[in-house]
Amino acid sequence: MSKLTVAMPKGRIFEEAVELLRRAGLSIPPEFEESRKLIIPVEEVGMDFILAKPADVPTYVEYGVADIGVVGKDVLLEEERDVYELLDLKISHCRLSVAGLPDWKPTDAPRVATKFPKVASRYFREQGAQVEIIKLNGSIELAPLIGLADRIVDIVSTGRTLKENGLVEMEEIMPITSRLIANRVSYRMKSEAIDFIIDKFATVIPRGVEV
Amino acid sequence: MTKPLGFEKPLGMRDYLPDVLAKQRYIEQKVNTCMTRWGYQEILTPTLEYYDTVGDASATLDSKLFKLLDRQGRTLVLRPDVTAPIARVVSSLMKDEPRPLRLMYNTNVFRAQQNEAGRNAEFIQSGVELIGDATVDADAEVIALAVASLKAAGLEEFKIVVGHVDFIEGLLEETLSNEDEREKLKERLHNSDYVGFRQDVETLSISDAEKSRLYGILKLRGGAERLAEAEALTINGRARKAVRNLQQLWLALEAYEVTDSIMFDFNLLSSLDYYTGILFEGYAADQGWPVCGGGRYDRLISQFGIDNPSTGFAIKMDRLVQASPLNPEGAEKKIYIIYDQQTRSEAIRKAQQLRGEAIVVTGTMPPSQPVDEVIDVRGGGVDV
Repeated sequence: MSKLTVAMPKGRIFEEAVELLRRAGLSIPPEFEESRKLIIPVEEVGMDFILAKPADVPTYVEYGVADIGVVGKDVLLEEERDVYELLDLKISHCRLSVAGLPDWKPTDAPRVATKFPKVASRYFREQGAQVEIIKLNGSIELAPLIGLADRIVDIVSTGRTLKENGLVEMEEIMPITSRLIANRVSYRMKSEAIDFIIDKFATVIPRGVEV
Repeated sequence: MTKPLGFEKPLGMRDYLPDVLAKQRYIEQKVNTCMTRWGYQEILTPTLEYYDTVGDASATLDSKLFKLLDRQGRTLVLRPDVTAPIARVVSSLMKDEPRPLRLMYNTNVFRAQQNEAGRNAEFIQSGVELIGDATVDADAEVIALAVASLKAAGLEEFKIVVGHVDFIEGLLEETLSNEDEREKLKERLHNSDYVGFRQDVETLSISDAEKSRLYGILKLRGGAERLAEAEALTINGRARKAVRNLQQLWLALEAYEVTDSIMFDFNLLSSLDYYTGILFEGYAADQGWPVCGGGRYDRLISQFGIDNPSTGFAIKMDRLVQASPLNPEGAEKKIYIIYDQQTRSEAIRKAQQLRGEAIVVTGTMPPSQPVDEVIDVRGGGVDV
């Protein structure tokens, strides 16, 4: 079977995906998570793992430098890459939501701060609302607190960060989980290896868990 | 607006330096010779076309067209592909020529800038069109020629993936009466969003058996064994006819002995309503994007007033060159003749004689590039 290059985001998704692969019976060495290398070959399963920033995973896969990847639906929607979205791994559950201060009132020139400008502007357009989007790269919760924007669009998992900063979740845009994606060419040229992974994942994906 | 700096060129435009171009030309020549040997004759159409004719008929998205205005204010486009111009030619200048026509081309096409590396806005396409032949043998010929062309370019590991437009359309029609639901599912498949497809199917109010038929679509990728599986999913009509069509194609491809390079994927869709039957894409190992694509387009030429069922394919040369292991062999000998003022005429005469068999450069300075032989005709016979 051909060797696969797998792009994975660092952090929570990575840990949960590796856990899923292990449960599926793939022998991935325990020291794997501690490694600081960016390319980790795992001979046992015939895969090279690339560790990347989440937003870059679809890019690697679209260009074909990685055959498959694991990435959150939020990133997939924002990046709009030409990749095959094969499987909902149903890990790293969270949701994309609109949040703001509890006393928020509609304003004449609404401003929304977010890490996901495309998704946010699409959402508000579908709602028939015109808003100005401000792109931030992190600590989005700051924006309404210091008056940069009146609302934010961000990932919410437990809601703790919002709460600790005195913000409330106003609307849920959509639930988010991690997806298995594949490059257009690899999906066919390496169909055997990719189908093998799909089948392995399918045996351990939590069933009936809906957010 | 900032002025471009001296080294800059418009986004997506590229320079071909001698070494790269030599490889590209070498491979183009291999590929074009292959196409010619199959009886395809080269044709060249203009760089500029009317937006209302070719621009409109082209399979290229409107947003990717380079547009400009002529002096009468009519919109022109830089040729975005060659199939649409050929459709124009065969229904005008060549409308009385006996069918089928076998035409080939090797020329540059233009697709408006993408913001990222690896996607050229101008690139060479090499391709063929088989015009006025509706038989499955025509489809097989074109696919077999695609295989032969990729082999001519030295590719060893590649696959041509074949699908059929009517299969998905037909199967959805058979299963769902609501057109909105069908369109929604088709869009999911267009976007390669299999997760969304499954989620949508789950929410449909149809029987479990019908749902599992729709889920079944996603698994139809592989060799000839998938044909029977695909047929089992169909009830009648369009989808079944599509599978029969592919079965006949397979038999024809067996005769061409190319089935090792062929794979089926019933989810292969084109982004526009352009292809009308069998369609295919070619992939090379370790290339992230398809190297070629093609299929049957029975309606395109009728837009120009003549009914001509046709099929063809185009190779993206830059990708093929990247994937190809071939290199132009340095077959020709390179000779350098060094002379001085007294021996100039002698050097030039000698060079002319030798150019019949070799690449000959003359000069008064030592050669700036590696050569096979240096001939020094200077009076003193000074060594270089």
